[in-house]
Amino acid sequence: MSLSESIQPAAVDKTVAEAIAHIQSANSIAELKKAKGIILGDGSALAALSAQLGKLPADQKAEAGKLVGSARAKVSEAFELREQQLGEQEEAKLLEQEAIDVTALPRLSRSGARHPLSLLQEKISDVFVGMGWEIAEGPEVESEWFNFDALNFDADHPARAMQDTFFVEPADQKLVLRTHTSPVQVRSMLEREVPIYVLCPGRVFRTDELDATHTPVFHQVEGLAVDKGLSMADLRGTLEHFARIMFGEEAKIRLRPSFFPFTEPSAELDVWHPGAKGGPRWVEWGGCGMVNPNVLIACGIDPEVYSGFAFGMGIERTLMFRNEVSDMHDMVEGDVRFSSQFGMVL
Amino acid sequence: MRVPLSWLGEYVDLPADATAESVMDDLVRVGFEEERAHRFDVSGPLVVGQVLEYVAEAQDNGKTIRWCQVQVAPTGEKAADGGESIRGIVCGASNFEVGDKVVVSLPGAVLPGDFKISARSTYGHISDGMIASGRELNFSDDHDGILRLATLGLDPNVGTDAIELLGLSDSAAEINVLPDRGYCLSIRGVGREYSHATGSEYRDPAGNAQPVHGEGFSLEIKDSLPIRGRKTSQSFVLRTVNGIDATRPTPTWMRARLKLAGMRSISLAVDITNYVMLELGQPVHAYDLDKIKGGFVIRRAAKGEALKTLDGQERKLHEEDLLITDESGPIGMAGVMGGASTEVSASTTNVLIEAAHFDGISIARSARRHKLFSEASKRYERGVDPRIGQLAAARVIQLLEVHAGGVAGTLGASYEDFDQATEIFLPMEFASSLVGVNYSGEEIEKVLREIGSEFSNVENGWSVKVPSWRPDLLHKSDLVEEIARITGYERIPARLPVAPPGKGLTRKQQFRTAVLNSLAASGCVEVLSYPFVSSSANDLFGNSAEAVSLANPIQEEASQLRLTLIPGLIETAKRNLSRGLTDLAIYEHGSIFIATKKLIPEFPETNSRPTKKQLADLESGIPSQPGYVGGLFIGSRPGSGTKSVVSGIGDAFEAARIVASAVGVELALVQSKPKGFHPGRSGDLMVNGVKVGIVGELSPAISKVKDLPRTVGVFELNLDELIAQAPKGVVAKPIGTLPAATQDLSLVVKQDIPAGDVLASVREGAGELLEEISLTDDYRGANIPEGTKSLTFALRFRAMDRTLTQAEASQARDNGVELAKQRFNAEIRS
Repeated sequence: MSLSESIQPAAVDKTVAEAIAHIQSANSIAELKKAKGIILGDGSALAALSAQLGKLPADQKAEAGKLVGSARAKVSEAFELREQQLGEQEEAKLLEQEAIDVTALPRLSRSGARHPLSLLQEKISDVFVGMGWEIAEGPEVESEWFNFDALNFDADHPARAMQDTFFVEPADQKLVLRTHTSPVQVRSMLEREVPIYVLCPGRVFRTDELDATHTPVFHQVEGLAVDKGLSMADLRGTLEHFARIMFGEEAKIRLRPSFFPFTEPSAELDVWHPGAKGGPRWVEWGGCGMVNPNVLIACGIDPEVYSGFAFGMGIERTLMFRNEVSDMHDMVEGDVRFSSQFGMVL
Repeated sequence: MRVPLSWLGEYVDLPADATAESVMDDLVRVGFEEERAHRFDVSGPLVVGQVLEYVAEAQDNGKTIRWCQVQVAPTGEKAADGGESIRGIVCGASNFEVGDKVVVSLPGAVLPGDFKISARSTYGHISDGMIASGRELNFSDDHDGILRLATLGLDPNVGTDAIELLGLSDSAAEINVLPDRGYCLSIRGVGREYSHATGSEYRDPAGNAQPVHGEGFSLEIKDSLPIRGRKTSQSFVLRTVNGIDATRPTPTWMRARLKLAGMRSISLAVDITNYVMLELGQPVHAYDLDKIKGGFVIRRAAKGEALKTLDGQERKLHEEDLLITDESGPIGMAGVMGGASTEVSASTTNVLIEAAHFDGISIARSARRHKLFSEASKRYERGVDPRIGQLAAARVIQLLEVHAGGVAGTLGASYEDFDQATEIFLPMEFASSLVGVNYSGEEIEKVLREIGSEFSNVENGWSVKVPSWRPDLLHKSDLVEEIARITGYERIPARLPVAPPGKGLTRKQQFRTAVLNSLAASGCVEVLSYPFVSSSANDLFGNSAEAVSLANPIQEEASQLRLTLIPGLIETAKRNLSRGLTDLAIYEHGSIFIATKKLIPEFPETNSRPTKKQLADLESGIPSQPGYVGGLFIGSRPGSGTKSVVSGIGDAFEAARIVASAVGVELALVQSKPKGFHPGRSGDLMVNGVKVGIVGELSPAISKVKDLPRTVGVFELNLDELIAQAPKGVVAKPIGTLPAATQDLSLVVKQDIPAGDVLASVREGAGELLEEISLTDDYRGANIPEGTKSLTFALRFRAMDRTLTQAEASQARDNGVELAKQRFNAEIRS
């Protein structure tokens, strides 16, 4: 067999055809990989052809080289095509195998929640911080001086007995569990420079037994503004703005005359609750008034120069009518299902 | 205060269609709280009947009933229900005779409690109506038998409408009177306020009777111990009425009004004093003059003295109690309750009337001391008009003369020491500037006149003399409230004030929100519990601090304030478990309370700002109340795949770490054996060498006692301290972007060596090139020496300025190993 005979086009074509047939017969990537050695490897027919090229006379080399090169290209192309086909088939199969019931995914962590009472305090604080007010806090076990005396509660005034106060032992220390967050107002007036615009949220205590509407431990938020020229109109404007953010644009407020030792004039505050269950209605919300001059004096602020307004409301009560909580027990018992309803939003 | 409408209507015009509800609505506008309406709740044909005859019939059940024939309309006329004039009625009572006039409820009548009367078959008869008792009519508490009209002094015609006769169509509005409006504990005061609310014309009932003169009775006010230096009494009026018939019945109209006002009818003389008190707000006491020995001395109680009060109680007196005494000793606790020895009785013929003013503070203290809150003490405490005594006494005399047949005596005494009326300067523009409404001078003067003040125009304003019944009006802003409320709060406009630029939330407030949100985001549920705990709960965790105790706890067994959040979390967990919620991750934020040195504070006066020293002294007596955050973990939590994992110290520490990371600090955990915890599964949480909390599993013994599962993970952190340890700010380091070299390292150490310490030594030894190190495995078992463990760490090295070679990384690692070897004898696991 002469050398030139062995690189005849027909023979090359045959080699190519055989190689492609081999490639096509592979039914998996693994089989194809195995076939790759046989078809394109050192011992393959194509390799033998390439080896023969070197031995050809110089004048035949160019044509024969072209022939072998194109053969190799055809085989490679067929190989790649098959590789891609098989790859796609196998990926499709894999995707099918990997399918799961996504409705049965397991939980990987617990679901947490904030307590709505603390969320509500933060929400209210946010409203006032947005208006430039600051948030003030104070101790829960408080001196009677801050809780009563400085707030114009005379030692013998019946209003002092009305507060259902928890007293700390021994009595001569004159310490109480604060009955309202108003002592924080006193502290704010003593610690800050006028003008003062502060909001005082916090926990307060009264000796009520727990029932559907009472709890001995509850939360209040109070606001205090002391500045030149403040009037009850400023009080009303502030409360109306606050009410609209809490209860919607249609909310409005109503003031009714009342009595508190630390404000004069004093008012009860009702809010028109547009989203109330059973239709819009007036709801008792809190108390407010102009800071009593005696309170300003006790805090070293001249009532002839400055005036102030203050307001306060219960957080529990607000949550009750805002979010339709019907029983106080739910708010104080710590049943995780209660907080979980709220998650992180009110 | 309950206000019968018929009574109110005598002193202020009420609209024809006024109801208790409409009156309450009107009064709310001027500052009263609405309570409820009171009615007799009687309707329908209720007439005067006369018993014509009866037959007593013994029954099988042992009772004897009377089968009565009762005339309920004049002969020949139809009865009020349209039926016959004579009715057969079965009656169970036996306190009446033939000829007695009684109240008959005919079919169609409705008695209190929605008791509908109809002709019904009973005891073998058709009972065509009912003969009513006082209680069945809501007219009195009397239920010993039926109501015989003769006992009320009445002899009306048969068929008369008994509802009108007894005053049962009246109703009362009950309002809550706030503590500054003592004068409204009277028809007189409420009438004035109703006039303020509606503009109706007001007639002051103080003018009902002209003062009666009396003298010659010895009266001395000898107060050795004026309370807070205050005047004991501004006025003391004593008058006598002779020859009364104390057995006469109280007029029905007066009984009906007293009943609606919430007072029991006692006897004619006492009813009259109560009636006048309700009308004018002046407590009045009636003594049996013949039981009084000598004159009156008003003084404080002596040590050891006692008094038997009208309610039959023997009361030990306190040296601050103000007494009415005669030669026999104490005969009454002034302003609170009279004594039994001089009480008026059926045989009383001569009475001594006392209408006195007393200082409210003195009376309030006595009432509180003896827990004796009488109608009188309630009024004195809130302030009685010192100038109404003469008129009140005169009104009592007038009523005793008319209804008890008495005659005013000439014996009496009058003491007067009135305070000067308070005078307030009200600047012209002050009300407008404080309320934000432009009030005209006319409007202001109209209000000043209506509240009963006298005023004169002075430069730039008014000089206002407040009325004697308004001790609450002390300052010009008190007058502004009068102007604002009487002209209506609805006139106040809304204006939003602009606060100066604020600084936003404080660092502590921001941290707290971040902590609480992070815990919720990590799957924990926030709870809030009461801070009241038992001393044993506080002791469970061996806190050496002293707890704060309450003098009047709601529950005796929870009389301390918490020193730790853990008992509250345990109770909350128990409650959840009892409701079938077995997998819990809960947390709480709140104060704990640590008693400080017990000081008896000296309170600053409130007429000026306290000094720095005074404020510091006040503060030093207030217990320390740091903010804590704690968590508790029970049951299973989701693990990998569908498997779940039992919660324990790992969960608790993870939560503590989340808290620390929200604050920007890193927690170190040091194995320890805190009281109340599992001795091998607990530790102290440290930041910068400062202990900030504890973490672990509850002592299984405690879990058992508390009915909790054996494994309960718990952490508690002093959040205030943690925040104090937080970096003031973050100084950002450049982020290396050159390739990292990672290595694993397994070190064998003795089992009792804390992994955290080994890690720290590797980190320290490896130096700057070590970017990150974490513990990935803690192996104990085969292939390593007995009593040792193999700790595997993942290390990541990086340099800022060059690509590290493996050799450099290995060198750094070896340096770390070397330090661990020096400190803990650590060996690389072969």
